[in-house]
Amino acid sequence: MVDEKGERIPLTIADWNVKEGSITVVFNEVGRTTHKLASVKAGDSILSFTGPLGLPAHVEKFGTVVCVVAGYSTATCLPIVKALKAAGNRVVVIIRAPSKDMLFGDVPLRTVADQVIVSTGDGSFECVGFVLEPLKEVIEKEKVDRVFTAGPVCMMKLVANTTKKPSKIPTIASLNPIMVDGTGMCGCCRVSIGGETKFACVDGPEFDAHLVDWASLMARRCTYSIDTQSPVKYQCLNCAQW
Amino acid sequence: MPQKLNLNRVEMPRQDPHARGKNFKEVALGYSPEQAQEEASRCIQCPKRSCISGCPVNVDIPDFIEAMRKGDMPGAVRVLKSKNALPGVCGRVCPQESQCEAQCTLEKRKAPVAIGRLERYVADWEQQNKSVMPPPPPPPPPTGKKVAVVGTGPAGLTVAAEMAKLGHGVTMFEALHVAGGVLMYGIPEFRLPKAIVQGEVEYVKSLGVELVLDAVIGKIDTVDELLANGYDAVFLGTGAGLPMFLGVPGEDLCGIYSANEFLTRTNLMKAYLFPEYDTPLGMGKRVAVIGGGNVAMDSARCALRLGAKEVYIVYRRSKAELPARHEEVENAMEEGIIFKFLTNPTRFLGGGRGWVSAMECQEMELGEPDASGRRRPIPKKGSEFVMKVDTVVVALGTTPNPLIASTTEGLKTTNHGTVVADEKTGKTVKDRVWAGGDIVTGAATVISAMGAGKRAAADMHKFLMG
Ligand SMILES: Cc1cc2nc3c(=O)[nH]c(=O)nc-3n(C[C@H](O)[C@H](O)[C@H](O)COP(=O)(O)OP(=O)(O)OC[C@H]3O[C@@H](n4cnc5c(N)ncnc54)[C@H](O)[C@@H]3O)c2cc1C
Ligand code: FES
Repeated sequence: MVDEKGERIPLTIADWNVKEGSITVVFNEVGRTTHKLASVKAGDSILSFTGPLGLPAHVEKFGTVVCVVAGYSTATCLPIVKALKAAGNRVVVIIRAPSKDMLFGDVPLRTVADQVIVSTGDGSFECVGFVLEPLKEVIEKEKVDRVFTAGPVCMMKLVANTTKKPSKIPTIASLNPIMVDGTGMCGCCRVSIGGETKFACVDGPEFDAHLVDWASLMARRCTYSIDTQSPVKYQCLNCAQW
Repeated sequence: MPQKLNLNRVEMPRQDPHARGKNFKEVALGYSPEQAQEEASRCIQCPKRSCISGCPVNVDIPDFIEAMRKGDMPGAVRVLKSKNALPGVCGRVCPQESQCEAQCTLEKRKAPVAIGRLERYVADWEQQNKSVMPPPPPPPPPTGKKVAVVGTGPAGLTVAAEMAKLGHGVTMFEALHVAGGVLMYGIPEFRLPKAIVQGEVEYVKSLGVELVLDAVIGKIDTVDELLANGYDAVFLGTGAGLPMFLGVPGEDLCGIYSANEFLTRTNLMKAYLFPEYDTPLGMGKRVAVIGGGNVAMDSARCALRLGAKEVYIVYRRSKAELPARHEEVENAMEEGIIFKFLTNPTRFLGGGRGWVSAMECQEMELGEPDASGRRRPIPKKGSEFVMKVDTVVVALGTTPNPLIASTTEGLKTTNHGTVVADEKTGKTVKDRVWAGGDIVTGAATVISAMGAGKRAAADMHKFLMG
């Protein structure tokens, strides 16, 4: 929450430094709050910051893990990739960016992950196409034990569909519904997982991607898009419900 | 002093129902000095003083009223505050009709002294006349003991004030960005102005209590870590903040809110001032509030003020069973809220873009009394009908948030999720940990939370000094 008139928004912790007592967050300038946050200068302070909230990422030795990420999640998945590596996994990261210019966060990932694949929509960097093609290629080439995905809801949904059939690969999605308090008090962040209601802020953010009710999550995320977001650019106009 | 009984309770001026339905300003306007004086002189100072036993924190009611009558306002403040750290809050939201005023000798003549209104008057007088108040008594010598209070609702604030007054070092931890609990996020501005709540929080801080905001206990530190890191005792006053839903199909549609979300957006985040404030609230024109308690009344009255054209309260029993305070039901009816009794939603239907567009309901009839003593609603076969709505607020009650219980070794909870604590002392089964308020009782009242806080503070003090 930036100031007294501000809004409470959830952000993923991308990195931290215990010695300095600092954390790193990465965000896109999309709505009012992220615009305000972006205009904060070094040395300024914000009204309120609460965390960490929710459950920590589940990390153990799985074998080969593919992480499919896009947007700010490219930066925020770094601690998870590091932890997966530290636990002895082979980690392949597939990054989606609209174009080479809009790609960020890939450099540190390259130093940690075993392999990084970038797919840009316009083909300005590495492979062309959506993340699904490289994902399918990796799955065909090697035995994948687990998939982790974070980013736009529609991308996560398509990733979940890809890993469901023909062979089912355990897939975890980091969900990003709208939140208010982040402590389990309001139920704004509720998501339907295998028909059961869960609060993403306390029970999540990670859930079994094959059990998520994606349509409901997409619709709920768009509840306020007209009121608060910059128009069109960030609205997925080809979403099922628009 | 013998006097003729005056049975004319002085009414409190209120905002006109039509005008107030469009603003968030306080509905009840408070007594003028003359009205307060007149009402205070109705107290006959009877020897029974039974009103005191009706008050969960045992305020010396006849004494503060007598001080008022004599024109000694600082004296009235002193009497009131020696027992109640939050009089401005209690004077506004306590159910006096079933507590102190129910015990008043004049109640038998149907004209109890308006104790709540007088309490409010004294508290407001103090806020406006801080400069003429004598300085507070010097703090007692520090005991060197440290107490952690988790949660800053009425229970936590009371424990903090009591323990600080006894010389203990107190730190309050609050998950949200402001202190006050339900007083800030739940009860609307038009019933309890937030400036009043913050005034009372400042008073507690002025006693030397340290306040740490944005601190979710169970996440940044567990209760066990607090105990290991220098706190001699911990009080849990984290309330009952977990909303219940109906569990019927379609409840995840956009435009369906828990009352907690709806009220938090409105009151804590000030969505009624959007876009000046950043938090939005998608408000439709036809709003259904499900439930019949105070929370449902507050939600409905907020919806009206946020611009809804028609606001329904949908309740599965009849008017006689409404759990809300009579006064709040009347306020809601006066403002034009429409009540649909003996009606229960069975599913929600979606329109475009995943928004709720209608609600299917069932008519109910009342059967035999259930465990709560109220007649049980039974669905009428084939009575389904569809109501067009574009916003729904589910106000079915709350249970304690499991975060504390699940991260604290050795706490006992009931199957309702409430923490088990001794009724007289607030002591939990865990060493050095006390609890009180909604976390123990489930959703109850401000004053019962404060009463629990007082009892726990007394027992903690005994333990720390023993
Ligand atoms: C809409 C509404 C209207 C009401 N109207 C009335 C009324 O008119 N009269 C009346 O007497 N009562 C009313 N009540 C009930 C009353 O507000 C509550 O009974 C009372 O506030 C309970 O006090 P508490 O101190 O136990 O908890 P709360 O007021 O719930 O405070 C708990 C605090 O603890 C914090 N917390 C929770 N978990 C953690 C954690 N892990 N770490 C740190 N902090 C935490 C919360 O953020 C909160 O601030 C109403 C309730 C609601 C919701
Ligand atoms: S954000 Fe309120 S419950 Fe999760």
